[in-house]
Amino acid sequence: MIYLKTTFPGGIHPAYNKDLTADKPIVDMPLPKQVRLLFRQHIGAPCKPLVAKGDEVSVGQKIADTDAFVAAPIIASVSGKVTAVDQEAVTIETDAESSAYQGEPKEYGSPEELRQLIREAGIVGLGGATFPTHVKLSPPEGKEVETLILNGAECEPFLTTDHRVMVEKGEELIQGIKLLMYACGAESAIIGIEDNKPDAIENLTQLTQDIDNIRVAAVPVVYPQGGERQLINSLTGREVPVGGLPLDVGIVVSNVATAVAVHQAINLGQPLIDRVVTVSGRGIDQPANVRVRMGTSIADLVEFCGGMTEDAAKVVNGGPMMGKAVSDIDVPVTKGTSGILVFTEPEVRIYEEKTCIRCARCVDACPQRLMPNYLALYVRKAMYDDAEKIHLFNCIECGCCSYVCPARIPLAHYMQVGKNEINSRRRK
Amino acid sequence: MSEKFKVGPSPHILGARSTSSIMWDVVISLIPVSLVAILYFGISAVTILITSTLTAMILEALVLYKSLKPAYIIGDGSAAVTGLLVGLILPPSAPIWLVMIASATAILLAKHAFGGIGNNIFNPALVARAVVFMAWASFMTRWHAPLELGNWFTTFTDVTTSATPLGGAEHTLLDTFIGNIGGSLGETSALAILLGGIYLYLKGHIDWRIPGGYIGTAAIFALVTNQFSWETMIFQLTAGGLLFAAVFMATDMVTSPTTKRGRIIFGIGCGFITMFIRQFASAPEGVTYAVLFMNALVPLIDRYTVPRTFGEVKH
Repeated sequence: MIYLKTTFPGGIHPAYNKDLTADKPIVDMPLPKQVRLLFRQHIGAPCKPLVAKGDEVSVGQKIADTDAFVAAPIIASVSGKVTAVDQEAVTIETDAESSAYQGEPKEYGSPEELRQLIREAGIVGLGGATFPTHVKLSPPEGKEVETLILNGAECEPFLTTDHRVMVEKGEELIQGIKLLMYACGAESAIIGIEDNKPDAIENLTQLTQDIDNIRVAAVPVVYPQGGERQLINSLTGREVPVGGLPLDVGIVVSNVATAVAVHQAINLGQPLIDRVVTVSGRGIDQPANVRVRMGTSIADLVEFCGGMTEDAAKVVNGGPMMGKAVSDIDVPVTKGTSGILVFTEPEVRIYEEKTCIRCARCVDACPQRLMPNYLALYVRKAMYDDAEKIHLFNCIECGCCSYVCPARIPLAHYMQVGKNEINSRRRK
Repeated sequence: MSEKFKVGPSPHILGARSTSSIMWDVVISLIPVSLVAILYFGISAVTILITSTLTAMILEALVLYKSLKPAYIIGDGSAAVTGLLVGLILPPSAPIWLVMIASATAILLAKHAFGGIGNNIFNPALVARAVVFMAWASFMTRWHAPLELGNWFTTFTDVTTSATPLGGAEHTLLDTFIGNIGGSLGETSALAILLGGIYLYLKGHIDWRIPGGYIGTAAIFALVTNQFSWETMIFQLTAGGLLFAAVFMATDMVTSPTTKRGRIIFGIGCGFITMFIRQFASAPEGVTYAVLFMNALVPLIDRYTVPRTFGEVKH
């Protein structure tokens, strides 16, 4: 195990609140009465349904797919009857008796065959970005993968799913890493973990003691240590070029839960039918790390955790820095749902946006070394060319700038607005 | 479940500091220099500081809100900061009407005519000083030695004028350190200024690059032009308004660069021009014009010191 120092610029140290769930082992939620599987659960083209209303499906069966390269199929997470197929999703009424999954290990020969199996299992990045894993593992002509990095940083406050996976599924993680290395051709692997997870570091260090080409590296706690460009920099010192991919510096980054999913898919034959979600926050009665079938309604999940407190006021899908606030919890858990956070009334403050005082805290905090003060100003004044010139598109939307701004300017939001505006102008 | 949940853009947690808290921190950092001013210059200091601060706060409330409600007068603290700074750069014998004009110039001309907080190019307190210095030079160059301790109710129209150390007055280095010299209200005690500066630095409100560049450049300039005499260098640093400006004026966030490299350039420029004016021009004090000159260059400095973004390959 090696201990590395953070080398990326900026970053913030928010209150982490991980103690709400960090020591809680993963619990399995009982099967829901129905699941609703969205067609759009990944980056890339949405899938089209392969089943129709009234069909009987079994757990593990592919129920939606598409021909596009950057996509992954949707897998039925329960057995049962399809009660609805609409524009967005397939709804399945659960037949509890037959929904336990039994599978056989999968055979494969070449890395390409392995990648195809990964695709067929519906696996996408489970860290939240949901990029189809088999695409990430396919280096294009001329690019070689030297190192596989496993992202065990989990830098967002409150979230502890990856933490529990590393503590409880360490052996499965190692098996998954070996598969991933074969699939992309990497010679070595580094598991990067923030040092607020000593039990995970210790567990994985022990498990990799006798494996030469898989190492554990502990990195300091700073948000966004888990951002792929930042983690690559902390672990290897390399900087991914602007507009480029980690492949440009010979690296592939994969979330630890994704690696476990790959092991389950190939060695146990179980495709992606469930994931671990951290349900936390002061607005939840019993915070927990829950293994839940894909497509389970968030409302059911919240009820499983004791329901919300009287003063619950805001529900966030994801972490508090980059997650999206939801207005309706009758929506399903998707492949990218890493956390459901409930904030209480006193914790939710709506601030009035004031004038920028050029304090430059945002410039100091930006992990991509951008100038959010000028970027937001240019976006507000529709000076999009100027915004692009100072690298608006290199923003990773981590939210550090908004977090530190004393004038409460929603800087990260301005970045998103600016990017959307420029993209839609380009499309015209 | 159709409960009403609050929604908004991410991030959903924010850091604690607000604009107001920064401004009031600056006011706190000015307490040591204000206390020293009152200690050495007595009742005049009290009236000047209160007048300058209140005038600024009241005018801002009127301009922004057309109201004199106490909440608006207190505002976000930025008018209080400007007002206090205006008072601290005036000499102890400044008449009350002059103090009010200076404060009004800072708030109305230098700040709100440009668009209010965040939009002014020039440091408001220094604009006020420059204007008042030109229009009423005789009032602005009347210096006084500090009062004997205890004589706090003596006003300065009674006491004879004397020169400041930069103008040739007798003093020891210790005098300049603790403030036992003539000068404007805030600039006499190096110790009080440093205390305020340390407070601001620990709170994260000033970047070391600006005072570092300013004082460092001035020190090197002084050494080089005075046969490397250390005493002269320390004298040059502690006399006049250089330390006060390096810590409280040049570091004003609104009127200084937002890039790290830009701040070093800004500090060096201020230091160089201050010493150049002191050494080679006919004015006794170069600080005001040095900082105002560099303020004008800030947008240009920001434009040319945009940092290399993460992953950018410079050719």
